[in-house]
Formats: sequence, C-alpha cells, structure tokens
Amino acid sequence: MSGNTTVNTSSLGDSSAQSSSDPVEKIGGATATFVDQRLGSNRFLGRNLGKVFPDHWSFMLGEIALYSFIVVLLTGTYLTLFYNPSMAEVIYNGAYVPLKGVHMSEAYASTLNISFEVRGGLLIRQMHHWSALIFVAAVAVHMFRVFFTGAFRKPREFNWIVGVALTALALGAGFTGYSLPDDLLSGTGLQIIRGILQSIPIVGTWGAFLVFGGEFPGTDIIPRLYAAHILLIPGLILALITVHLMMVWTQKHTQFPGPGRTNNNVVGYPLLPVYMAKAGGFFFIVFGIIALIGGLVTINPIWIFGPYTPDQVTAGTQPDWYIGWLDGALRLMPNWESIILGFTISWNVLIPSVIIPGILFTGLALYPFLESWATGDKREHNLLDRPRNAPVRTGIGVAAIVFYGVLWIAGGNDLVATAFDLSINAISWTLRILLIVGPPIAFVITKRICLGLQRKDREKLLHGYESGRVLRLPHGEFIEVHLPLNEKELAVISAKEDIPVLPAPAKTDADGVKNKRYPIEKLQHQLSSFFSRDNIERPSQAEIEAGQAHAAHGAALEAPLHEYELQDQDPVAHGGVLHHPGMAETNQEQIDQRG
Amino acid sequence: MNDQHNDSGHNSGHAGTEVEPVKLGYSPVAPIEHRPRVTDTDPKAARRAERQVAAMFTLSMVFVVLFVIGYVTIDKTTVVYIPVLGVVGASNVVLGFTLGVAVFLIGAGAIQWAKKLMPDVEVVQQRHDMVSDKADEQEAAANYERGKEESGFARYKIIRRSLLGALALFPIPLIVVLRDLWITPPGENPTELLSDSLWEDGMVIIPDIGYEAGKDGTMETLGIKPEDIPVGGLVSALPITIGELDTAKTNLIARGKASIILVRMEPTEIRSQQGEGWDFNGILAFSKICTHVGCPIALYERRTHHLLCPCHQSTFDLADSGDVIFGPAARRMPQLPIGVNAEGYLVAKAPFAEPVGPSFWEREKA
Repeated sequence: MSGNTTVNTSSLGDSSAQSSSDPVEKIGGATATFVDQRLGSNRFLGRNLGKVFPDHWSFMLGEIALYSFIVVLLTGTYLTLFYNPSMAEVIYNGAYVPLKGVHMSEAYASTLNISFEVRGGLLIRQMHHWSALIFVAAVAVHMFRVFFTGAFRKPREFNWIVGVALTALALGAGFTGYSLPDDLLSGTGLQIIRGILQSIPIVGTWGAFLVFGGEFPGTDIIPRLYAAHILLIPGLILALITVHLMMVWTQKHTQFPGPGRTNNNVVGYPLLPVYMAKAGGFFFIVFGIIALIGGLVTINPIWIFGPYTPDQVTAGTQPDWYIGWLDGALRLMPNWESIILGFTISWNVLIPSVIIPGILFTGLALYPFLESWATGDKREHNLLDRPRNAPVRTGIGVAAIVFYGVLWIAGGNDLVATAFDLSINAISWTLRILLIVGPPIAFVITKRICLGLQRKDREKLLHGYESGRVLRLPHGEFIEVHLPLNEKELAVISAKEDIPVLPAPAKTDADGVKNKRYPIEKLQHQLSSFFSRDNIERPSQAEIEAGQAHAAHGAALEAPLHEYELQDQDPVAHGGVLHHPGMAETNQEQIDQRG
Repeated sequence: MNDQHNDSGHNSGHAGTEVEPVKLGYSPVAPIEHRPRVTDTDPKAARRAERQVAAMFTLSMVFVVLFVIGYVTIDKTTVVYIPVLGVVGASNVVLGFTLGVAVFLIGAGAIQWAKKLMPDVEVVQQRHDMVSDKADEQEAAANYERGKEESGFARYKIIRRSLLGALALFPIPLIVVLRDLWITPPGENPTELLSDSLWEDGMVIIPDIGYEAGKDGTMETLGIKPEDIPVGGLVSALPITIGELDTAKTNLIARGKASIILVRMEPTEIRSQQGEGWDFNGILAFSKICTHVGCPIALYERRTHHLLCPCHQSTFDLADSGDVIFGPAARRMPQLPIGVNAEGYLVAKAPFAEPVGPSFWEREKA
C-alpha cells in the first residue's frame, strides 16, 4: 500500500514522502532526496557512509594538521578585517602607551591595534600564530609517521609527493605570515631573505630588487607578502589538501598489522557513526585547545620589539621553530666566498639557504621511487611496516632527523651559549663536527637497534616469549618457561615481509652478448644488498607454528606447579592450552610421555 | 521498510519495484577478540555515560554565554594577576578560556559518546588493487585512439608542431610582465644603488637616537664631538642628511646602507686599518650592516674590540681592520674614514670605498 503511494508521487517526479514520525528525520530525509535528485548524491553516500577507517593513535597526526589548518583559515580571515598591509609611515597614537608618537608602518600600527584595541583581537591573533605553529608541527610529525611505517610505498607515492609539497607550502605560509606585522624581528628576517636572494648567482641581485620593488626594505614587500600569504599560498594548500584527502579516500587508509588484518582488507570503524563522531569531535578538541593556548600563552609580543628599521636589532632573536634549522645552517657554514671571472659567489649563504634545502626537499620527494628502485619491491603495500623491519629506511630517517636537529640547535646557538655559559665558538665548532659525523653514527646505531629487535622477534616466533619464571624440573634441570605469544602479538610480529636481495647482474648473457645495462643493474644490486642483506629472516609458517606449540608445551609443563598463580591470570597469555582435556596433569605424567 | 528504502537509496525510476535487502560494503564483525565495555553490559553505566555526554554539551552552551558576557563586560585595558601566567590582559584570558572550554567540550562529548555508547566492534572491508579493469583500460585506450584519429593529431604534422611551439611560448608573457615588479628609474641599476650611500666628504655624523629630533629641524646641535665618546665606548650613528629623507621609503633604504658605529680605543691598540689615518684620535667608524646577510651589528666587546653579529655570530676584530675572526661572514666590515670639521664635529672624510652589506653577484663591478 505504501508502495503504491511511492509510485504515485514519484510519477510526478517527487518521492519525498516519508513514513518516519520524527520531524528531524523527516526534514533530513526530504533534504537528502532533494539533493539526490539533483546531484545523485545517494550513490556516493550509499557506498561511502559505511567506509571503514582503521584506528591508531598515530593516524590522528594528519587530522591535527587538517584541523589546525581550518583554525588558521578562520582566524586568518578575521585578521584580514583589521590588518592593513601598508608600509606607509604613520605616527602611532593608539592605546599602547610606550609606543605613542613613534614613527611606524601602517602594517605595524594596525597589528598593534588588533592586539590592544579590538576586543578579542589579541586572542584571535595568538590563536592564528599558535595554530600555524601546530599546523607545521603536525605536518612534520605526520610525515615522520608516514616515512617510518613505509606508508609512502606503492600505491601511495603520489600522495607522498603532495605531502612534501604541502610541507614546503606550510613553511612558506609561516614565513610570509611571520613577516606581516613589520616589527623589528620580522623585518630582520626579511633582511636575511634579501641577503639570501642576493647570493644566488647571475639573477640574484635583480631578483632581490624585483621582489622588494627596489632597494631593501622599500614599501612594496609587505603588500606583496600579504597577497602571497592570504591568497596564493593558502589557495595552493587548500587545493593540495583536497587532492591529498581524495587520494586517501580512494586508496583507503593503510593499517598496522594485527589479527584479521591483511594487505587486502581494512579493519576498523565505519565512517558513520563511530569515525565521524571521533574525527568530528577531535576537530573541536583541537580548536578548543588552540583557543585555550591562545588565551593563556603569549606568542610573538610584537609591541615589545618595536617597529622595523634596518639599523636596529635585538640580541637573542629567534625565528619560528620551523625556520630555525635554516638559520642554524647559515650560522654553521664556514665563511667561503669566491670571485670567479670578476663575479662574486657567496657559498657561505648559497649552500646553507638554497642548496641544502633544495637537496633535502628533492630527496624527500623522490624517496619512495628511490627506495622501490633500490629494493626492487614493486608490490602494493597496504599493511604498514614496523620501523624495525626496514632497518635501512629507519636509519636514514633517524640520520635525517639528527641532521635537522643539529641545525635546529645551531639556530639557537647564542641561547645555548648564554644559558649554559659556554663559548659560542666552541658550540659552533662542536655542531659543525656533529653535523658531519652525527647522521652516520645515528644511522649505524639505529640500524643495529632495529636488527636487534628483529632478532628478538625471531626468537619470540620460534620459542615464545620468556615468561621470567625459572622452573626446576624433578630431575634437577633448571629451565626458563617460554610461553606462546598471544594472538595479537603473533599477528603483528609474523606480518614481517622479507625482501630478497636482487641477484647480481652478469656482464654478458649466456650467448656472450654484452649486457648494456650492467653498471645500472650492478648499482641496483649493491643498493638492494645495502637495504636487505642484514635483514633477520622471518621463520617460515611451519617453524612459527612448531615454535608456538613448543612454547605452549613449556607452559603446560609448568602448569601443575603453579595452578594457584594461574587462577587470576590472563588466559590468552597462556594460550588457553593449559587445561585441554587429555593433556598431562602432572610432571611425572609429562616426563613419562616424553619417554 | 520498503518505502523508506526507496527514499534513501534509489531514484524514482526504480520506485515500486521489488527491493533487495541492503548489503553494506563491509562485513559487520572482524574476527577479532572483543571485550565488552561496562556500558555494553551494565545499563546503569550506559545511562551514566549518556548523562555525561549531555552534560558536556550543555556546559559548552554555558561557556558560550560566559564568552559573550566576558566580551561585553570586561574592559580591554583591565589586567589581572594569575599565578604562573603573571600579569595578563583580563579580556584575552577570559575570552580564550571560555571559547576554548566551550569548543573543547563539544569535542569531548562527541568522543565520549563514540567511545562509550557507539559500537566498538571493528568491521572489515575488502580492498581492491588500484589498477583498472582490463575493460576500463581498453575503453580508455579506444577513446584515446578515436580522439587521435578524429583530430588528426598524428597526421597533421605541421599543426602538431606549431601547437607545441605556441604552447611553449605561451608562458613567456606571464613571466615578462613580472619585470616591472621594480619600475627601474632611468639610469639606475642594482649594482650602483647597492654601492652608493649618503656618506661623502665633510658629511656630519649624528647619533641615531637624534633621528626623531632631527625631523623637527633641530639637527644642527646634534653632531658628535670626539670628546663625547669615551675610550671603550660605542655610538650608533647616521649621516646628518638622513633627516631630509622624510618618506619612510627613502629614509629606511638610506639607513640600511649608511648606518655606522663609532668606537673609540687607545690609538696604540689599533693594529691596522683599512686606510692610512682613517681614524680620528682612536675613534673608528665601521658600517653597521653585516657583510654576511645584512643584520645590523652592535654587540661590541670593549676589551677585545670584537664586534659580534646577533643573527649568525660572525665576529669582527675592529682593532685589526674589521677583519672576520669567526663565523659565516666572508668579508671584513667596511670602514669609513673620519675626521673633524671646523666646528670640531666628527665628519666623514670620504664615502665608503666598497658596497656595504651582503655580497652580490656583481659586487666586484661596483
């Protein structure tokens, strides 16, 4: 009967009849139909509302980045309503008494105005700055997670590149925004940028004049940075974030190994309701925490620094944390400069601020392709690696972090010197040496640790885990009882995949024809060997099963002596094999069975 | 049931036909051990969780009201002392706290709801390789072939080549128009501008703190006499004509090149200078702009005569021609020759002999 009604109404092109009595559902259903008739949205919703997302705390890092970016957009839009991107000179006559009567740019004066006269203006400004810092930090840590778990591997290489581009854009957004208040610190930052631009061979000098609209500082740079900061860069970031998320959506999220999880499935919670509630709720958590920090913790108190003039500076100045490593690189670089054919090349500026970042970002972007070429691994990977199972990759990652970390400390070498009462020269030299020797040492140590952990895993698969209980057998022998792994640990550890070393190429083939690709194939073989040769092989499935069964046997051996202990212990940890019917009840029976 | 499904799942064309039971895209339960939560087994705990979630949402509303009250009532100049934070603006703290708590509670409520009351049983969905089906691939290839055939892209060689050429040149105007990011005044070029500062023979040196006063036309009294600078002292200084440049643009640009420091040491302590007799009774003048990337320098250690850049720690020995003794700077600080005029004020005896500030490609041509 109700079916008839539907046919009738739909023949008129309207099928919004609803049987639900709840008014909210009625309106929701009507809206869904209205939209669906125009966009076919239910096809998408039907397929995707139940989309499964795997759960792990580290998957929140990307979410933090996304949500803090939304807060950046909201607060930034508010700031544009009050900020005046002009370098025209005004005499300050606002609420902040210490600067009354001082000549300054309109940009600086309007930032003071936001901080002191607009109610809630300082809160929004501080939220903007804090959320920007959190955005870059979350992007960086998210990138570490993706790198160390091998989530960038096929089929996700494109998304890795999009991520690298987003990281670079985030740095650009941060730097352009940092410069806008036109206070003494940000102006000094721009002066350094001018010096860096001028160091670029051939086009650098003209480039600097074009960027600044003439000599430094001029009156054009703030409006130009403003356009980049509020339109160009956020537009690109938004576009790339959209692409980033669409790819995650299409490819489905990676997952860590665990019971029931394979390379061909996703185990987790459906989008509606659990994931939506958790992720949506998490947005409000991030927003709320940023608002709390913005209200309670001062950041970038520009009124203390004063307006920018090119002949003033303060000691102990620090850029925002994400630029600190570049400043550190500038500080550590030896003072090389050469004059070639009458032209000046400032290696002391060019190398740390242009060449090193260029190499780092290029290497980062190409890494997925370099690794898959080196290992010969072209399979699709939806199960994440545990970092220990890719010792060379993990070592490279840690070495890069050490390299970055040394530069970052160097960016604050004057603060280190004053805080610990050390010589700035000694610190700089120590850091210069550390920058060269630190990463290789970190690589070797990390790789060794990974291999050690792999050995431990192999032990566990072959013999169970050490229970810590030493048992004296009736005939006097002491043994440590090994117990079988629980289901989860067994699934996680045994998910390890070994990548064989690529075979060494032959110089000539069977017919004696010269192999033209020999040098390339040889290099590939060497790299493959570098990646895989020290790998601790995962035992075969039969060996694992035998090992676990043996451990279960060990547990059974112990059982009768410790029944009182076992009563309140996790039955899974003991494999549930202790009380199988027909199993030996006493030590004597077991020894008899052994023969 | 039937009716509802029609509405939510299919367009009107399918209405009225027999509807198969809905198949979700995943298997409802993963083969994983699941431990029930308290809220799954104890209805009391479930109700308690329900109340908690509702309480958080309600409290959020309360804090929004508090935010509005704080916005309206608290004067923006009021300061309060809060332990740990110190003396802070009351408005900022109250607005940040109420907004933060209000928003946080929405999130906390939603997550509590998800964790306590929504199912916590994991489900399984199958993946598929990213590579397209053979049929899709063939369709794409067929469409490509058809497009190639119909357009004649392969046949019309001239069209193809000229199109590629046109597309290659198309970005050029977009780049060319960037040239006037700096509208170059006739006869000017970067090398000359970077090499030129206000200093010239006889230019009176004034302390930079006199700049604001100088704008009011009281500049004549601002010169520095040698006896104003004690041994070991340092004065940041500018040329007297700086006050005549009254637009921010010209003034700041001029300061970025003409800014100097004056230091005084015993004449016997001066080991070398960039020119014979460029000091005046132990008073030396150096550019203030670092030769590394251009930060102004004024950290001076009177005992060692070392000048340290606060940005990247380049260190210069002012008693020894301003040479680099540490850090990333490659070149010494340019020295300005000075003397006194008839009235006994310190003056420059000549312009800088080289461009000040960071290096640039054409620097040797200056």
